[in-house]
Amino acid sequence: MTAWLDIVLGGLFHAAVLFLVAAGLQLVFGVQKILNLACGSFYALGAYFAISAVAAMTALGLPIAYFFPVLLASGLLIGLVGLPVERLLRTVYRRDESHQLLLTFGLLLMFQDILRFFWGTAPRTMEGAYLAYGTVTAGGAQIPVYNLLVIAASIVLAGMLGLFLQRSALGKVIRATAENRDMAEGLGANVSRIYAAVFTAGCMLGTVGGALAVPSSAASLDMPAELIVEAFAIVVIGGLGSMRGALLGAVIVGLVRAFAIANYPEAEVLSIYLIVIAVLIIRPAGLLGKAQA
Amino acid sequence: MTVDAIVHGAEMETAAPRSGLLSFLLTLVFCTALAAAPYYASTYALTLLATFAAYAIALLGFNILLGYTGLLSFGHAMFIAMGAYTAAVFTSKLGIPYLELILLAAAAVSAAAAFLIGLFCVRYTKIFFSMLTLAFGMTFYSFLNKFYFVTGGDQGMRITRPLLAGLDSAGGKTAFLTGPFYYYSLALLAILAFLAWRLLHSPLGLHMRAVRDNPQKAAYLGVKVQRTRLWAFVISAVYCSIAGVLIGISVGLADPELGYWTQSGNLVFMTVLGGTGSFGGPVLGALVFVFLNDWLNATTEYWRFVLGAILVAIVVFAPRGVAGLVHGLLGKKA
Repeated sequence: MTAWLDIVLGGLFHAAVLFLVAAGLQLVFGVQKILNLACGSFYALGAYFAISAVAAMTALGLPIAYFFPVLLASGLLIGLVGLPVERLLRTVYRRDESHQLLLTFGLLLMFQDILRFFWGTAPRTMEGAYLAYGTVTAGGAQIPVYNLLVIAASIVLAGMLGLFLQRSALGKVIRATAENRDMAEGLGANVSRIYAAVFTAGCMLGTVGGALAVPSSAASLDMPAELIVEAFAIVVIGGLGSMRGALLGAVIVGLVRAFAIANYPEAEVLSIYLIVIAVLIIRPAGLLGKAQA
Repeated sequence: MTVDAIVHGAEMETAAPRSGLLSFLLTLVFCTALAAAPYYASTYALTLLATFAAYAIALLGFNILLGYTGLLSFGHAMFIAMGAYTAAVFTSKLGIPYLELILLAAAAVSAAAAFLIGLFCVRYTKIFFSMLTLAFGMTFYSFLNKFYFVTGGDQGMRITRPLLAGLDSAGGKTAFLTGPFYYYSLALLAILAFLAWRLLHSPLGLHMRAVRDNPQKAAYLGVKVQRTRLWAFVISAVYCSIAGVLIGISVGLADPELGYWTQSGNLVFMTVLGGTGSFGGPVLGALVFVFLNDWLNATTEYWRFVLGAILVAIVVFAPRGVAGLVHGLLGKKA
């Protein structure tokens, strides 16, 4: 029982972080039809930047308990890097999707060295933050409060994002742009500004995800390429462009990964990808994706 | 289906005869330069050229899929790894050092694997095809990486020196790699390039282009669309696995990293660098990439940044690749 609760909550923690990244990926793909291979780089950037931000915070003599808001703020701040990147992507919006994929692959390579330049090759950890809020005991399992905070933050962000896209005026314009770019432009939507905003928002979701993930693990240069593999798995399982799909996919991947690590560590990545292949074969549009190939 | 410059091209065959002759002469000069390389190039450059020959083989196959059939795979590193592991199993596990047998086995294994994987993948195109191939590639990678008892895990498997045409060669590893092995790789490249050329000018090659440009119309005209895509997938896999055998031998190790998805990305990078629009483009791409990569590695710690920036610049400014630039300079239609 204890072990099960541990595994499920660990999986959900991972799922919460993955959901943020996948939601960013979906947002950008849904609106701009670009599959961003550099999303893993944004995630790693958020993680590294958060480490520096928290280090700066403790250097200023602030108590470690403030680190959670600092994480969120640093993630949002560094997410602004999406603005110049979107400028670059603008050149290929009307081109073949293989161009777009390659351009983001080039960005991934570039970011790899940008991260190395600022933070070096050795993995970096955030000291003393993870357990700063203590643990709670439930059903005999020790659960870090931080994990619960991240799960809650992710749920809140998911809810806000959903409400924004479904209910707000701007959200409606964004969805209209996703449906038909030219028509939205014809009706007076400022599409290039929307694209810039959407890409930056997607980027911020990635950097916040990285910032929230890093206290429990370490930031390393392997992060980008590894995360893309998981984020893609989520997007494919849930359905490209679907936010609910991202949520469902993240929960599936998070839990499957947690169970695999606990019971059969060799199959960690394998199990996720077997699910991906099964989904692609049975329902190529993803579990919650619109049926279109 | 919108297929633009990147998977477009191949119309070059209809270019004026004069430029055809020019291409032929350039190819001849290029081949002579390669064959004579041991007489003027340094040992180090020769090892790079051997690597180039291997990647050129992989890219010739890869471009049959990308350039001529219009399918962008992000999983072909899997077949390169398959070739390297076949070489490892044959040389260090089974003790069969005959390179010809290894090549045949690698081709057979990868053809069988590609047939099974292809059956699923070719039902999709565009981004779905890319993602499904990525999924299969990563599945294979994690198998290589995690199943220690079969594959040696992240330690990889050693590949010992094979016998070429049943003959052992004198001298050390470097003498082998820059001498007999270099010529062996070049000969393989020549043979496989010829076969690929013949294939692309056969009815099957025409079917591939028809499927790329307009699958509905091709189907209407009686082309078996999925079967054509499957052929392209299997053939490209065989080329990659043969390249994998050669790459594995020159490194001396079958390493799971050979199968990581970023390696598949590099394959796409090289192909696009050279230009998918022409038969020889990818070969040029392999040459430029191998030397550029080595030079950047030696000059700067931040070679990935430069490579990435080059890729970005190519995609933005020269989507037809280096070959497109060369053709532009030679006054061909760009």
